[in-house]
This record gives sequence, structure tokens and C-alpha cells, in this order.
Amino acid sequence: MSRDASRLGLLLLLAPLLLWLFLLIILPHIGLFVVSVSEKVGVREYEIGFGNYAAFFTEPLYWRTFARTAIMSMLATALTLILGFPIAYYIAKLTKGRTKTTLFLMCMIPFWVSELVRTYGWMILLRETGVFSNFLQYVGLTSGPIEFLYNDAAIMVGLVYTSILFMVVPLVTTLDSLDDSLIEAGYDLGGTSLSVMREIVIPHAMPGIVSGCIVVFMLSLGNYLTPILLGGKDSLWFTGMIYTQFITRFNWELGSAFGFLLLALSSAMVFFGLKLSRQSLSNTMGR
Amino acid sequence: MIPTVPQSNITKWCYRAYVVAFFIYLALPLSVVCVFAFNNSVFPSLPWEGFTLAWFFGTDAPFIGVFNERSILRAIGTSAFVAVWVAGLAVAVGICNAFLFVRHEFRGKALLYMLMLLPLIIPGVILGISILVFSSSVANTLEDATGLWFDSLRPGLLLVILGQFSFIATFATLVISARLQKFDPSLEEAALNLGASQWGAIRQITLPFLFPAIVASAIVSVLMSFENFNTTLMLVGSESPLTITMFDKLKQGSTPVLNAVSLLLIVVSAAIGLISLLFQNAKR
Repeated sequence: MSRDASRLGLLLLLAPLLLWLFLLIILPHIGLFVVSVSEKVGVREYEIGFGNYAAFFTEPLYWRTFARTAIMSMLATALTLILGFPIAYYIAKLTKGRTKTTLFLMCMIPFWVSELVRTYGWMILLRETGVFSNFLQYVGLTSGPIEFLYNDAAIMVGLVYTSILFMVVPLVTTLDSLDDSLIEAGYDLGGTSLSVMREIVIPHAMPGIVSGCIVVFMLSLGNYLTPILLGGKDSLWFTGMIYTQFITRFNWELGSAFGFLLLALSSAMVFFGLKLSRQSLSNTMGR
Repeated sequence: MIPTVPQSNITKWCYRAYVVAFFIYLALPLSVVCVFAFNNSVFPSLPWEGFTLAWFFGTDAPFIGVFNERSILRAIGTSAFVAVWVAGLAVAVGICNAFLFVRHEFRGKALLYMLMLLPLIIPGVILGISILVFSSSVANTLEDATGLWFDSLRPGLLLVILGQFSFIATFATLVISARLQKFDPSLEEAALNLGASQWGAIRQITLPFLFPAIVASAIVSVLMSFENFNTTLMLVGSESPLTITMFDKLKQGSTPVLNAVSLLLIVVSAAIGLISLLFQNAKR
């Protein structure tokens, strides 16, 4: 009886998982691919073909935006790592007890607030009539208002701000698990700060670095708000193009092809990130 | 660089200065949003025109406060409706998944676990469009076959709920699984020995043990649902949740009423977040 009962239990538990994964993840993505390889030949008539992908490669605006989005996301990921690592190290290794909890919480609070609010804050700070421009005029560094908004640097500031917490949190977790005595041993054996960092701390923090980088890259690549609100008229972002094809132009076939390319890029990055650091998806994300 | 290894003072102070600068960078955007909610001006920018609460309680145009602005109140209601559904679904599926992955061994478990993690690495916009495309084609097929209308499969609240659920369920699963892994199965066996039924033991012993994780994942789900933008943007119909409404207003040109909404959001989400952390820590 117990064997049958546990089999039934297993099936009952499997049902919601399978429904969720098949109906909301797997089938929709297969559907997306099918739509992306269909070309419109008449009213409600479609043919299978790679015309949408061909359109992407022949139209410079499309692939340039794609490349631009990819490169800027990588840059944002690298910047986030460089800026976030010292902070994570400080929280994990140089503070204790209550200070540590407080600093960690202060890192978390912006993450709980909507991305829209964070981006709005940067708009108030950076725009021509904004806080920075007024401050510079007040201290006399410039005579007229300066527009800091609507350029790539503003996008970068926004992207790093939005995603830095996803870098700091996994880094703090992995650095926390590094025993101080290992670092001491490194120094005792004649290591310099640099070599201890390179030989002991960074290898230990690798799972955290990889999962942080993956999440930050993915968030930047898939970001819509920050580039649209902080970037100017010329600073296109690939998610913006997907939105235009889907909602404004109603060209779902091309939009699906774009979506699939973006998905391919982000999956490839995740795959290489995991391969490079010899981690598995379950190890880095499933914690 | 650890406390027990001596460092020069300059290095130490530079390091501290960097940390301070970082936290200023973190706090700055949120602080200006909050401060300008009290500016007595129709633009959320300098100069400072004096302190006012009109952006919260005002009734005369253009100073219409949050609490009198219909569109925003309605959007908050819509967001709350979506969030409750998403959290309920995500927690229910999360509990099932936790029991499945922690308690059972079966063929294809590793593969399913990996599939379960996938929503974490799919950009939100893609999740949105794939569900949009899929549900539309299902609706088209059904309409062609039956001649009836299936409007709920067109962009609207049902799709928003499903879209948000599709990735929030992963977070709920991870949080609840982590707690279930710490559970000592001998407690449940003791209950069974004392004559409890299988379901009775789970309900009286295991579920109360999981309760903190269930509450925490429900809170996280509500927060994530409230602040989600990318997936929602692709699936939204005529009734828009708060973030979409705010985005539309922001594109038209903003007034400090947006700052007032944002201030409320910051206060509420920080408070809820802190409560969830306290809850998790207190029971650990």
C-alpha cells in the first residue's frame, strides 16, 4: 500500500511543477521559436523560413543595436564587479555583528524598491534642472545648467545602480564562508596583499563572482526601463526594439526572432560563464 | 586585508572613504525622490519652493495628492490584486516543489531541477513575449475551433498573473526547499509512531516548521510582483498595475505626485522587507 501511496503522492507533487514548466516556460518558448521562423506571405498565411533572422543580419540598425546592448551589458557587469567586490569584502571580512547586519541591510533596501523608483531618482539627480546641475552652478564650477541625462554614461550609472546588489549579495555569502585563518596563513607564508587576493580570496569567491556576473549581465541585457528613461533618443536598447516590433509595429514574427536572439545571447553567456569557472547551474543559482 | 593583519593607515582610510562613498551612491537617488515629494512646486526639481503635503493630500489641481488621484489608487488596487494571486500560486507550487525535490528520488530529477531554475536566467521581456505569443496562438486556435471568444487569453490581468508567477515560483521553491532541507525527518517519524496519519504528520509537524519560510516567500513574492516591470509590460491589457501607470505618467512628464507614490512604495517595501528578514531570523 505504502508504495502505491508514495507513487500517487509523487505524481500529485509532480503535477503542479510540470504544469508550470510546460505551460509557462517550455511550450511558450517553443511557440516563440515557431513564430520567429514563420514569414508572412498573405493575410493569415505563413511560410516557414529564416527571413526574420536574415532581416536582422542585413539591417545594420538591428545588429548594431544588438551588439551595442551586449557590449554595454558586459561593461556594466565588469563595472559592477569592480565596484561591488571591495564593498562585499568589507562587509564580509572587516565588519562584525551589528555593523555587518546594518550594512548588509542598507545594501538590500534599494533592491526592495521598484526599479522605476530608482530610475526616477537618477532622472531627478541628473537632468538639466536636476540636483547635480544646480549644485555645480551653486558652487560656481559652471555658469549654466548641464544636461547629464540622455547619454550612455547615464545608462551605465543606472545599470550599475540597479544591479549592484545582485553582485554584492552572492559575493558577501561566499566571502563569509572563507576562513580568516586561510588569509592569515597566506600572509604568514610571505604573500603580499595582491598575491593573497589572487591566490586565495578570488578563487574561493569564484562561485559568487560567477553567479553575480550572470545575474547582472542578464538583468542589464533584459533591462528596459533604464535605457529608455535615462538614455537619449539615439541610445537604442535591444529590449526596446523587441517592444517596438511587438506592441507598436505589431510585427510579431520579427519581434520573436529578436527575442530568440536575445535569449540565445544570454544563455550563451551563462553557459560560458559556468564553463569558464567550472560551476554548474544548480550550484551557482540554486542556493 | 583582514583585521588581524596590520595595514597602513592610509590604505585603511581610503578603503573606508570608498565604502562611505558607495553608500552615499546607494542612498542618493532614493533620498532625492523622497525629499522632492514635499516640494511645493509642480516640477520634481530645484529650486526648493517650500514644504508642502499637497502631493499627498491635495485636492485642487494641479496639486492633486496621491490619496485623491483616482488613476494611481486604481493602479495600486490592481497591483495588490495581482500580487495576492501571484504570491498564493507561487507559495502553493513552491511547497509542492520543495517536497518533491527534497523528499523524493525519481528519474529525471536533476533535469527537472535545472528546468525549474531556468526562469532565473531568462530575461523578463522574453518571458513576457513568449507567454504572449503562446496564449494568443492558443486563443486563436480555440476561437477558430469553437467560434467563441477567449478574451482572458489576450493581454490582461490573467496573463500578467501567469507571467509574474512563471518566474516568482522559482524563488518561492528555493526559499521553501532550503528550509525543508533543515527539517529533521525523525520528528515526522515520531509523529507517525505515535499514531498520526501521513497527512496529519505533515500538517501538524512539517508545515508549522516550514511556516517562517512560507511567510518569507509570500512576502518576497508580493514585493517582486509589485515591482515587476519587464514581464508585466508585455502582457498588460487595459487595467495597468502601479509600475506601468507610473511609467506612463513619467513619460508624459512628471509631477511630484510620482515622488509621493514612490515615497510610500519605499517606506512600505522597506518595512515589509525588514519584517520578512526579522521573521526568518527569529525562527531560525
